[in-house]
Amino acid sequence: MHKNEVWVFVEQRNGKPADVSFELLSKGRKLADSMKGVLKAIVIGHDVKGIATETFKYGANEAILVDHPDLKLFRTMPYTRIMNDLIKQHNPRIILFGATVYGRDLAPRVASNTKSGLTADCTDLKISDVKYLGKDYPQLLLQIRPAFGGNIVATIITPDVHVQMATVREGVMEMHPCEKPFPVKITEVAYKPIDIDGILEVIEQHVEESKVNLKGAPIIVAGGYGLGSKENFKLLHDLAHVIGGEVAGSRAAVDAGFIGSERQVGQTGVTVRPKLYIAVGISGAIQHRAGMQEAKKIIAINTDPDAPIFGVSHYGIVGDAAQVIPLLIETYKHKLK
Amino acid sequence: MFKSIVLVKQVPDTANITGKVMKDDGTVNRSMLPAIFNYEDKVALEFALQIKDTYGGKVIAITMGPARAADILRECLFMGADEVYAISDRKFAGADTLATSYVLSEAIKKIGDYDFIFAGRQAIDGDTAQVGPQTAEKLEIPQITYAEEILGIKDGKIKIKKKIDGGYEIVQCKMPVLITVLKGAAEPRPFQAKRIMAYKGAKTLTELEKLTEGNSLLYVDTMKHEYEERNLFIETYSADDLKVDESRCGIKGSPTKVHKVESVVLSGGSKELIEPTRDGMGILIDKLLEDRIF
Repeated sequence: MHKNEVWVFVEQRNGKPADVSFELLSKGRKLADSMKGVLKAIVIGHDVKGIATETFKYGANEAILVDHPDLKLFRTMPYTRIMNDLIKQHNPRIILFGATVYGRDLAPRVASNTKSGLTADCTDLKISDVKYLGKDYPQLLLQIRPAFGGNIVATIITPDVHVQMATVREGVMEMHPCEKPFPVKITEVAYKPIDIDGILEVIEQHVEESKVNLKGAPIIVAGGYGLGSKENFKLLHDLAHVIGGEVAGSRAAVDAGFIGSERQVGQTGVTVRPKLYIAVGISGAIQHRAGMQEAKKIIAINTDPDAPIFGVSHYGIVGDAAQVIPLLIETYKHKLK
Repeated sequence: MFKSIVLVKQVPDTANITGKVMKDDGTVNRSMLPAIFNYEDKVALEFALQIKDTYGGKVIAITMGPARAADILRECLFMGADEVYAISDRKFAGADTLATSYVLSEAIKKIGDYDFIFAGRQAIDGDTAQVGPQTAEKLEIPQITYAEEILGIKDGKIKIKKKIDGGYEIVQCKMPVLITVLKGAAEPRPFQAKRIMAYKGAKTLTELEKLTEGNSLLYVDTMKHEYEERNLFIETYSADDLKVDESRCGIKGSPTKVHKVESVVLSGGSKELIEPTRDGMGILIDKLLEDRIF
């Protein structure tokens, strides 16, 4: 048993790996390196040996594969039990889960069973020696996340328990395929169904290939609560259409019903790194900034000259979107077409 | 006839934060914040009430929190809950989700048999969505998270439509089961005037003690008896009542610790200001062309 194991729960949906899992493997590789540990991918599903093999491209030293027809679809009970058993057997130091619907269903149950610490929606993860209440703790996982309405950034640690768990949203960590894949080492673990595993049946599943691809969009036009109405969001659609971008929104805009949650940018939405991000009527709370501040160029349009969004923007326009955006569209058309 | 227990939480209104809300140890000074009923928990209560409306039964709401959390228990009564319990003790303070789920699961065991436990998917002060699943694991019962719609209950099984990434699932689960509910799943019913009249005076023991403080004519014990008679006494479960392992409660029982807190000072001021005019837009587009954005 290695003392510094970093695990990533590799999520698959209908046999397709979730992007977030590879992003977490890339991050997990770095964490494992900085504590001279090993990175393991936990792959649960049916006919998912291919996914286990893929994890070595992202730096896994070993994949633990639990493959069984009954595990094709995610179900809380058997997945939880498998994770609980594996953890008790191997006692890893760190486990990362995607903050997806399934990840947020599974991770807390596993943490509850194994009495581990769990921090949700981390925006950064680091290894560091920590002095806490006068005691030295070597190589702890720093779990960093905005908290409390974005008024603070908190660093959470779990000093007195062995297993440190965190969930991370898709897009927050960058996916880095290794130059040379790590050698393949797959360890298969048998699954034996028990009665309680069948207590919940998935009768139907409807998944649509998402038409929204914020992560891959080179240009994003995002609106906030400051736009005031769904109708005003039309301006953003017009602009996005003309300059070839995707429309997104802040959490406040999603909560107000101006735009769908699948287009939410920020800590609890998607993290994006486009060439150009245009923030319209967005005040710029820390949770929003966490999701867009790595854009190459940022334009902020806001009526409030003191809005914090201007602090991360390269170009700021103090003005009313209803006037500025039509002007921008017109000028763009004039100059580029 | 089904019995539902609903987990509700009073949360600071994080959208309206003012003043110094963070204590030096990194925990939150909740007394500085306006407190509200976590909206998704209200939706969870609505789910439970709808089941009662359709199939009959009983709805019990419980909350763990400081004394003033009794406010939302009264609101549960106004909406239609049959019984409410406060889970409150200094020993529970500073709990993370793990310690919270431990205490809640012990309180649920004390309340007894149930068919459903409902909770909001998450609370707005942490957005972790952890307490529901952590409680279900401790009770060793299945869970359905991100519920959007109840499709029916038959032969001891509930059928639910639930959200998943990129779509939805229809699942069927044997009861008892814990279900966490999404914001848009139902519209919480308004407080009923009759019930407000009936229950606005409902009080916990702590609240009765406050009433009797400094008034030598009032005795807590007699008042408690009187309130019980009138069905206005809100039962409080303390650490002793629940016979919990205190090392698993509150800050002691919480593996996650706040190591460092940085206040976020967001400054304004762009690197470059562009005038909101036609000329300004022209300059902006030239700059973006230079930056090779277009």
